[in-house]
Amino acid sequence: MSDKLNKDVKMQESTDIQAATDETQTSDSEQGKKRFRARSPLATFKRILSYLKGYKLQLFFAIICIFANVICNIGGTFMMSIVINNYILPLSGFDPVRYPAELAKLGGLTGLDAFGAIMGLMAGIYVIGAGLHYVYNIIIVRITSQVLQRVRDEMFERLQTLPIKYFDTHTHGDLMSLFTNDTDTLRELLSNGLPNLITQALTIVGMFIMMMVLNWVLTLVSIVMLVIELFIVKYVGGKSGKHFVRQQRKIGEINGYIEEHIDGLKVVKVFCHEDEEKAGFDSHNGELRHASRKAHTYANILMPIMGNLSYVSYAATAILGTIMAINSFYGMNWGKLVSFMQYSRQFSNPIAQMAQMMNGILMALAGAERIFDLLDAQPETDDGYVTLVNAREDADGKLVETEEYTGVWAWKHFHKADGTTTYVKWTGEVEFEDVSFGYEPEKTVLKHITMTAYPGQKVALVGSTGAGKTTITNLINRFYDITDGKIRYDNINITKIKKADLRRSMATVLQDTHLFTGTVADNIRFGKLDATDEEVKNAAVLANADYFIRHLPEGYDTMLTGDGENLSQGQRQLLAIARAAVANPPVLILDEATSSIDTRTEKLIEKGMDRLMEGRTVFVIAHRLSTVRNSDMILVLEHGEIIERGNHEQLIAAKGKYYQLYTGAFELD
Amino acid sequence: MARQQKSVAQGRDYSIPKTKGGLKKLASCIGEYKAPSIWTSVLVALEVLFEVFIPIVMAQIVNVGMADNTSGNFTFWFNMGKINEPVFTMHDRVGFIVVCGVIMVVMAMISLLCGVLSGKFAATASTGFASNLRQKLFYKVENYSFANLDHFNTASLVTRLTTDVTNMQNSYMMIIRIMVRAPFMLIMALCMAISISPDLSVIFAITLPVLIIVLLVGVKIAFPRFEKMLHKYDDMNESTQENLIGIRAVKAFVREDNEIKKFKKVSETVQKLQFSAEKIIVLAFPFMQLLVYACIIFIILLGGNDIINNHNTPPGLTMGDLTAFLSYVMQILMSLMMVAMTFMTIVMSRASMARIVEVLDEKIDIEDKEDATDVKPADGSIDFDNVDFSYSRSADVLNLENIDLHIKSGETIGIIGGTGSAKTTLVQLIPRLYDVFDGSVKVGGVDVRDYKIENLRGAIGMVLQKNVLFSGTIRENLLWGNKDATQEEIEHAAKAAQAHDFIMSFPKGYETDLGQGGVNVSGGQKQRLCIARALLRHPKIMILDDSTSAVDTATDAAIRDGLKKEFGDTTVIIIAQRISSVEQADRIIVMNDGRISAIGTHEELLETSEIYRDVYSSQQKGSADDVVEKNDTPNYGGDKEGGEQDV
Repeated sequence: MSDKLNKDVKMQESTDIQAATDETQTSDSEQGKKRFRARSPLATFKRILSYLKGYKLQLFFAIICIFANVICNIGGTFMMSIVINNYILPLSGFDPVRYPAELAKLGGLTGLDAFGAIMGLMAGIYVIGAGLHYVYNIIIVRITSQVLQRVRDEMFERLQTLPIKYFDTHTHGDLMSLFTNDTDTLRELLSNGLPNLITQALTIVGMFIMMMVLNWVLTLVSIVMLVIELFIVKYVGGKSGKHFVRQQRKIGEINGYIEEHIDGLKVVKVFCHEDEEKAGFDSHNGELRHASRKAHTYANILMPIMGNLSYVSYAATAILGTIMAINSFYGMNWGKLVSFMQYSRQFSNPIAQMAQMMNGILMALAGAERIFDLLDAQPETDDGYVTLVNAREDADGKLVETEEYTGVWAWKHFHKADGTTTYVKWTGEVEFEDVSFGYEPEKTVLKHITMTAYPGQKVALVGSTGAGKTTITNLINRFYDITDGKIRYDNINITKIKKADLRRSMATVLQDTHLFTGTVADNIRFGKLDATDEEVKNAAVLANADYFIRHLPEGYDTMLTGDGENLSQGQRQLLAIARAAVANPPVLILDEATSSIDTRTEKLIEKGMDRLMEGRTVFVIAHRLSTVRNSDMILVLEHGEIIERGNHEQLIAAKGKYYQLYTGAFELD
Repeated sequence: MARQQKSVAQGRDYSIPKTKGGLKKLASCIGEYKAPSIWTSVLVALEVLFEVFIPIVMAQIVNVGMADNTSGNFTFWFNMGKINEPVFTMHDRVGFIVVCGVIMVVMAMISLLCGVLSGKFAATASTGFASNLRQKLFYKVENYSFANLDHFNTASLVTRLTTDVTNMQNSYMMIIRIMVRAPFMLIMALCMAISISPDLSVIFAITLPVLIIVLLVGVKIAFPRFEKMLHKYDDMNESTQENLIGIRAVKAFVREDNEIKKFKKVSETVQKLQFSAEKIIVLAFPFMQLLVYACIIFIILLGGNDIINNHNTPPGLTMGDLTAFLSYVMQILMSLMMVAMTFMTIVMSRASMARIVEVLDEKIDIEDKEDATDVKPADGSIDFDNVDFSYSRSADVLNLENIDLHIKSGETIGIIGGTGSAKTTLVQLIPRLYDVFDGSVKVGGVDVRDYKIENLRGAIGMVLQKNVLFSGTIRENLLWGNKDATQEEIEHAAKAAQAHDFIMSFPKGYETDLGQGGVNVSGGQKQRLCIARALLRHPKIMILDDSTSAVDTATDAAIRDGLKKEFGDTTVIIIAQRISSVEQADRIIVMNDGRISAIGTHEELLETSEIYRDVYSSQQKGSADDVVEKNDTPNYGGDKEGGEQDV
């Protein structure tokens, strides 16, 4: 419906896309710097552990459980050799010399009873093992979900305190990916990675010990096979990794192509350009298929190789073991062989798993590091101590602080030097004195701006994109701090004013209107949380928004979702104006507040706007010169400098830049 | 307006749309990759076969190794079901064992070869399937009409073509590999186990149903919990994103604490839901462990008893049989678990499938008529005969109502009207970007629905309100208008659109790279490039939908002059906010709320149309009246060329 809306939607979309592509671990050109490896894994790991501090007891218990579970598993398998050697074989009368029937006894039991008893014992061990498994699973899942909640809360809290500058240098997609992908990998690390790592490491050690106990010769054979397997894993895994990176790059490319060309599909249709589009797509698609075929081939063959090599290892130990058992070499016997075969089949498993897990762990550490980077980001500093308080004038005209709402506000200014507190009436005078500013130190955006907006005045800022109009308003509410010069608010240097109070004292209708999920009334109330329904409605009426709101399906209770996607840009802006109206502050900043409203509608809401601006200090930024014409002062900005100032007539008479803009002889961009 | 209202009804992407015959549609994308798919499954099956036979060989080794005599006849028995055949007989025990071992190694190597080949084929098949699917989706989307496009937003389409397709690729690979491997192994291992000992196999009659029931119950309990959790999780992320986008508003109104409070509440709910879902899932593994061990105990107990009673000699159960049986227990239970997990993953990806099928199922509403004549529009005349139009295709919500409008070839028409007055809607009917609801639109005297779309649109140059340039050079972008255009023609069009000069001011001129979305040029330059692109078609009708809003008034006028001079016989339709853009038109249409409110020349409309007068004065006012009143400076007339300045 309007370019603005489209732009907005697009912005939101591109973040969606970014989030979506992040999910597939894309490293496309724009965010190619996304790290897969942490800078300092160890420090990050330590910091993750610090989140577990509050769970010491539970963790201790969990680790004990893991330990016990591993012992149960390995012990259970080991008991098989005992059961066979000491019970089944002796009782079956096989080779009575080596396996005398007397072996079969347990406590006071003998023969089949002893056999049954030992099986019962084995069952008991297994049940305990499984039970412990469940217990530590539950503990870990619980801790994980709580730690994640804490991490998310901390991230969100930190985000709220960061200066606007931070958001200029970090895309929404990147920040969102902290909440989605990076917390996801962290969850994976905490709930699976770490417990598994411990389990597998213990299992390997345990198995190794048991295998050594059973027979060191066979163990040696298993180890040799394992080393061979590991070499293959390294080779194939490396190949696979290389091709996966290539695949990610191709995915990035095709994502870019799809995004650009679906976004411009209406143009494609108008030019009947579909066939060329399809051809372009096919070539990208083919490249992606080729790359991902290679990547998946290597990934796919890894498991069959590992699995079947373990059979080879199994066969080798079987031959050797049998020969040894026949001849009782190195104390080998049948029971040990059966147990050993069980171990040998499982031995390569934990190592392969650990190799696979390492990748995930390193990725999670990289993600955690990004999370910690956010948590470590420098929050907005606020050294302000001047606060805004309710006040009333006492008999002799002096301002006195009061608790209740009086309609009169005062700046409470505590002077450290003499320990006195003074009250200054809040009028809304804003003064710039030789202000210079740059978003980056080496690039000055505003140069030596000096101006004063007296209470109740309307000041308009005019100039090309990038001339510094919005920057000026960003300095007033201290979204950014000035580099040089002074800004005074009611004659108080704004750096002395507490930021929250400073911002509360002025309402801003921004260039891009942002609505939040919630009802229409909620969105208006954003300006003043405790506003009554009456106040909300009055604000809407003032902004001329009441009419369309009443025609929404559920009036003021209509739910808005997806940044108010069901409203037109014009309606969104009316809501933003209502939001400012309900806040009712003496200073108003209108940054392109009416740019998406056509001139005729703008006329209609002008009355509301006029009423809103009445008695307030107003800063207006507008593309349409018609909007700023009736300002008390118009400042024409170019390259960060005020090149002309005066009211409309004065500027027209001066026949300078403003005149040229006004007559259309110049193009702003 | 109506379009946007509709997008609300469409709802969020998280909900799973109902689709019918989705699998069939997706299956058609296997296409030429059918052979590798089948090979994958065959090879996987072979791999399983060898894996299943390995424990038998092992059993022979153990049995022979445990034989009382050190020499004699050692026979390799192949024993499965009713078959019980001696395969070979040897006289040397150690020799027999070594031969068996070699057989095992050979089997493992064959199995390995099958595994590697099946992995390779699976990669070819699944990535091929994905590539076909992606192509099918992209082609489908390319064929979408404007109305179809309104149903989806770009982000969601991109997700469907990328992430969702990747999910499908993974599911497909699982189906041709694991969903073949696991059930086949389950059956084979079960057969082997039964053939070793039907009595011991009774255990499976108990454990398998128990495992299946427990898995089903677990999934049934856990699945809704997961869905609930994921929903809340999506909500949380959505509001986080909202907060990020609106961070300036949050800060300007000092709402940080409130936002944190809101977030913490949701975050806590997510934590609770997550725990409640996962505590079901974590039951699975201990339970599985328990079951496996229960089987092992049961088998050793019963099998051990059997061996004890039969003294470990065939035809009774032997030690070798017992070891083989234990291997099969593991294979059976593991494959069942695998089936369950894979099945769950595939089910989880059903949302992706539904989203893909939704794109494929979208009915394309504008296509060439079958008997469309292969003619091109004769001239640039346009006739709207009693046209009604509705985005929602319902008579109750008409966006255009009773439009009767006749434009002669070569005329210049201006259209003026407020936001939402359906100006854009009106002109989009001319190149048949939407179909009328009632009445008809004729171009060159023929109903637009009777043309082949390519012929119709080929005769119309349209510059949309939302201009898009594509990555590539300026020349490549201009060539969209006419891919065979010569440099001369390109320059001609660029000059008429007032773009030539600034293009030449770039160091690389027409070869300047625009970057994605034309980011390297300013808004006004972009608009002029788009006009030049459309002019290159030498259209019979040129439609400019608010396409000079970022161009200054002087250039705007020059463009209109250029059009008139160089493209005199082209019908030109200009939608504009600025009166100055349409003032000179032969006729100006004033749109209001989906109807034509007035038609006439500038002078006529100033007389007759109140709306027009309003718009005019809203752009002129302040100039004359107000200023005079307020400031007493008469003779303020410099604004005649319009006080509108969009940047």
